[in-house]
Amino acid sequence: MTRTYRKVVWSAGATLGVMALLLALGVAQPVFAAQPPASTAAQEGFVPVKDVPAQEQLPAAPLVMAAYAVAWVAVFGYIWSVWSRLGRVERDLAEVSRRVDKGARR
Amino acid sequence: MKKLFLVLLLADAAMLAYAPVLIVNAPYEATMGLVQKIFYFHVPSWMAMFTSAFVCGVASFFVLFTTRKTADRVGAAAAELVVVFGLIGLITGPLWARKAWGVWWQWDAKLTSALILWLIFVAYLLLRRYGGAGSEKLAAAVGLFGTANVPFVYWSVNVWRTMHPTTAVVPSLQPGMRGPFWFCALAFLGLYVVMLTLRVRLENRRAELETLYLAVED
Amino acid sequence: MTFLQTVWLVTRKDILIEARSREIFFTTLFFAVSCVLVFAFGFVREGKPVEDAAAGILWIAIAFSGTLALGRAFERERQSETLRALLIAPISRPALYVGKLVGVLMLLAVVELIVVPLVAVMFQAALFEHALLMLGLLVTGTIGFCAVGTLFAAMLVRARSRDVLLPVLLYPITIPVIIAGVRGTAALLQADVDLPMARAWLSMLVFFDVMFITLALWTFEPVMTE
Repeated sequence: MTRTYRKVVWSAGATLGVMALLLALGVAQPVFAAQPPASTAAQEGFVPVKDVPAQEQLPAAPLVMAAYAVAWVAVFGYIWSVWSRLGRVERDLAEVSRRVDKGARR
Repeated sequence: MKKLFLVLLLADAAMLAYAPVLIVNAPYEATMGLVQKIFYFHVPSWMAMFTSAFVCGVASFFVLFTTRKTADRVGAAAAELVVVFGLIGLITGPLWARKAWGVWWQWDAKLTSALILWLIFVAYLLLRRYGGAGSEKLAAAVGLFGTANVPFVYWSVNVWRTMHPTTAVVPSLQPGMRGPFWFCALAFLGLYVVMLTLRVRLENRRAELETLYLAVED
Repeated sequence: MTFLQTVWLVTRKDILIEARSREIFFTTLFFAVSCVLVFAFGFVREGKPVEDAAAGILWIAIAFSGTLALGRAFERERQSETLRALLIAPISRPALYVGKLVGVLMLLAVVELIVVPLVAVMFQAALFEHALLMLGLLVTGTIGFCAVGTLFAAMLVRARSRDVLLPVLLYPITIPVIIAGVRGTAALLQADVDLPMARAWLSMLVFFDVMFITLALWTFEPVMTE
C-alpha cells in the first residue's frame, strides 16, 4: 500500500520536474528562434551594418529567468530529495525499533 | 542545536525570498545589461561550491588519519553539495555566456577549472555509489587529492587561457551592486549550511538504522 | 631491511614477472600505437597534421596506455592474491607503494622510448630539438600521472567496477599533468620555440610530483588498511 503510494508520489514529482524543465526551456525558446535563419535575400551579396537591428539581438530576459529557474529547481529538488530520503529512513527506524522493543519484551 | 538550525533555516528562507527584490532593484551593468543579473546567483553558487569542496577535503583528511565516524558523513554530504551547487553554476554560466560572449561555452580558465573540479567530485560520488563495501575510505583519498589539486588546476588552466571577468570584479563592485551581491552570497552560504546539516542528519540517521538492523539480527 | 631494499625487492618482482610474460608491455605498447593511429585520423588534414596535434596525440597516448598498464599491473596482483600477501608482509607500506610506482614507471619508460620517436617521425615533430627539456617534461609528466595512478589503482583493487572507476577518478585529477605536458611540448614544437614557457610547465610538473607523491605516501597506509 505504502509502496504504491510512494510510487505514485515519485512519478507525480518526476512529471512535475519534467514539466518545470520544459517550461524553463519553453521560456528559453526565443533564444533559438532569435538565431537569424539564412535569409534568401543575402544570397546576392551582403550589406554591412554597424549594429545588429534591435529585434535580432538576443533577448536577455529569458536567459536570466532560465538561470534563476534552474537555481531554484536545483536547490528545491535537492532539498526535497534529502527530505524524502530522511523520511524513509525515519520510517524504517521507527519500524525497526518497534520490532526491537517487541523482541525485548518477549 | 536543533533550535539554532531552525532559526538559521527561517532566516535563510527569508533572505532567499527577499533576494529577488534586491536583484530586480540593482542597477544594470553598462555593457552586458540585464543578463549580468545572473551574477547574483551565479557567483554565490560557486562560492558555496568551493566552500563545500574545502569542507570535503578537510573531512576526507579526518577520515583517512583519524577514526572519527562523523567525518565520513560530513565528507559525503559536502561532496554531494559540491555537485549540486556546481551544477547550478555550470548551468547559469552558459546562459549568461550565450548573451555576453555569443557562445554557450568558452574554454576559459574559470569555466574549465570549475568543470574539472566538479568532475572530481562527481567521481567521488560515483566511487561511493558503485565502489562496493569499504569505498568510503577510498573516496576520502579522492576527496583529499581533489582538494589538493585545486591550485594546480587553477594555475595550469589559467596559463592555458583566460577571458572570464576576473575575481577582481567582486571587490570593485559599485555600491548599488555590492549590497545585493553580498546579500545573495550570505544567503547562499546560509543555504549551504542548512543543506549540509540536513544531509549530514540523513547520513547520521542511516548509520543509526544500520546499527539497529545489526542489533535485530543478533 | 632498509626502505630502498624493500622498494627494490618489490620492483624486481614486477620486472621478473613482466620479463617472463611481457604481457603488459606488449598490450600497452600496441594500445599506445593504436591510439596514435586513431587520433591521426582526427588531426591530420590533407596529409599534414594540424597545429599542436603531435603534442596532444603524444600525451593522450601516454595517458591512455598508462591507465591500461596501471589497471593490468594491479589486476595481476589481485588475481593471484599477491597484493594481500604483500600487505601482510612486515614491510613498510610507503616502500610497497614506491616499489609498485617504480615498476609501472619503468614499463611506461620503455613504451615511451618507442612511442615518442614514432610520433616524431609520423608527425614531422622536432621532438629531439630540445632533447633535455623534452626529456624533463616526459619524466616529470609520467611520474606525476603514475604517482596518482598507482595509489588509485592500488586502492581500487578491492572495489567493485574498478576497471571503469580507475579512468573516471584518474583523469580529472591528472588534468594538470596533461595540460602541462601538452602545452610544454607544444611550446617546444611551435615555429618560434618558447623556452621560458616550456620551463614554466616543467617547474609546475615538478611541484605536482612533489606534492602528490608526498600525499600518496601519506594516504597509502590508511587507504590500504581495511
